[in-house]
Amino acid sequence: MNILSDRSKDLGPFVPQPDDDILICRCEEVTKGEIREAVHAGMFTIEEIRRYLRCGMGLCQGQTCGKLVKGIVARELGVANTDLEPATSRAPMRPTEMRVLGNDGGNE
Amino acid sequence: MKQTADVIVIGGGIVGCAAAYYLAKKKTDVIVLEASDSIGHGGSSRNGGGVRQSGRDPRELPYAMYGIEHLWPTLSEELGMDVEYCQGGNLRLALNDEHIEILKARTADATALGLDVTMVDAKEVKEICPHLSDKIVAASWCPTDGHANPMLTTLAYYRRAREMGVTFITGEPVVELRKIKGKIRQVVSKDGTIYEAENVIVAAGYEGREIARTVGIDIPMTRFFEECVVTEMQPKMFDIMLGVATAEVYGHQCAHGSFVFGSGTGMESANDRIGALQTSALGTPANCRAIMKYVPALGDAKIVRSWGGWMDITHDKVPVISTVDEVPGLILAIGFSGHGFGTGPVVGLMLSQMVLGEKTACDLSALRYNRFKSKV
Repeated sequence: MNILSDRSKDLGPFVPQPDDDILICRCEEVTKGEIREAVHAGMFTIEEIRRYLRCGMGLCQGQTCGKLVKGIVARELGVANTDLEPATSRAPMRPTEMRVLGNDGGNE
Repeated sequence: MKQTADVIVIGGGIVGCAAAYYLAKKKTDVIVLEASDSIGHGGSSRNGGGVRQSGRDPRELPYAMYGIEHLWPTLSEELGMDVEYCQGGNLRLALNDEHIEILKARTADATALGLDVTMVDAKEVKEICPHLSDKIVAASWCPTDGHANPMLTTLAYYRRAREMGVTFITGEPVVELRKIKGKIRQVVSKDGTIYEAENVIVAAGYEGREIARTVGIDIPMTRFFEECVVTEMQPKMFDIMLGVATAEVYGHQCAHGSFVFGSGTGMESANDRIGALQTSALGTPANCRAIMKYVPALGDAKIVRSWGGWMDITHDKVPVISTVDEVPGLILAIGFSGHGFGTGPVVGLMLSQMVLGEKTACDLSALRYNRFKSKV
């Protein structure tokens, strides 16, 4: 069990903020307000937030917005940034064409 | 924190979350315990998103059909969130005569159970999906199959169940079940917390085997690591679910525009050391080759991500969905063997019916826990 285990934790009401329209994940066009609302809908981990909103799942794979998303989620939950696990990095490092990736000679 | 309820569900995947939702709908008090930090961390989020009937074992086909007829079409509406269900049909492709024989046998089995699935020739395949390889000679076609977004579906059940008052506790691995006076009663977590309920549903995937063993029930199961790749967003090409006779590759185009395909090297049984859910350097290239073999038009699509997940595979490759004679109050729902996502909603519904003593939507007697018999 950890600080975020109890999903019934009372976060208080969702209060709109003037900068909720700011785009945080530019690849998938996810706003700050959407991220904050997702936390109130019960998405307490970066893994869940990504699956719920797709932020960090686009072309840059969260290399641009990862830290921003984490800060927003932590603040909404009332925990420290370090209490949240970062998103998992996935291969390949950069978007790569299938015909290039598939050309490693692994079936010859 | 709340430790007592009518029902404890072990496992916060699609089966556990769906069961919790349908129980909450019937005013039943539920606690869901999830071992990992995130809801849907296991196979529920790590699968190809197929909501299909064709290609299924006859023992699970009736409830797969029930789910597609009665639950999937209205699921987004019911849960108040778009789960991206798309009933675009399912082509299972054949490249040679041997493949055709495999598909014909499966088609005959499914037709006998009332499923609308037919064999189609190369020309009809092209009409259904013009982007496929010219080397495809035939396919089976099930127009009522489809796909959905597994991550959103699992989280939609979680979100709605949580709103309805279900208690979810994550990062809480269960290590032991205990009987009191001959019935299930206590669920003990790793840090020693004791939860209590009159009914316990084990929907914990592969880890469910160890949990059930603590009350003397052992289900013959192994686990198997399979990998998928995701492309960048592509123009809309098709809305069908794609499979092949040999099951070596499967996938679809998501509502978002990216393609998700699963495949492998054939060497996955040697991947057991990959504990942290990492993909292997061999897997992604093999996956790309497998996709291009059937959908050559995707050769220039860029892969943005690869991921993998464990399947919990029973000895006969269909799940155990069953009460347990020796442990009244215990229900097992494990061993979905790599095809549990599409049936997640109906299994969740039937688990709620089992808890409440109602007749289940479909007969589950072929999926009893005690069907595994030793050879001597």
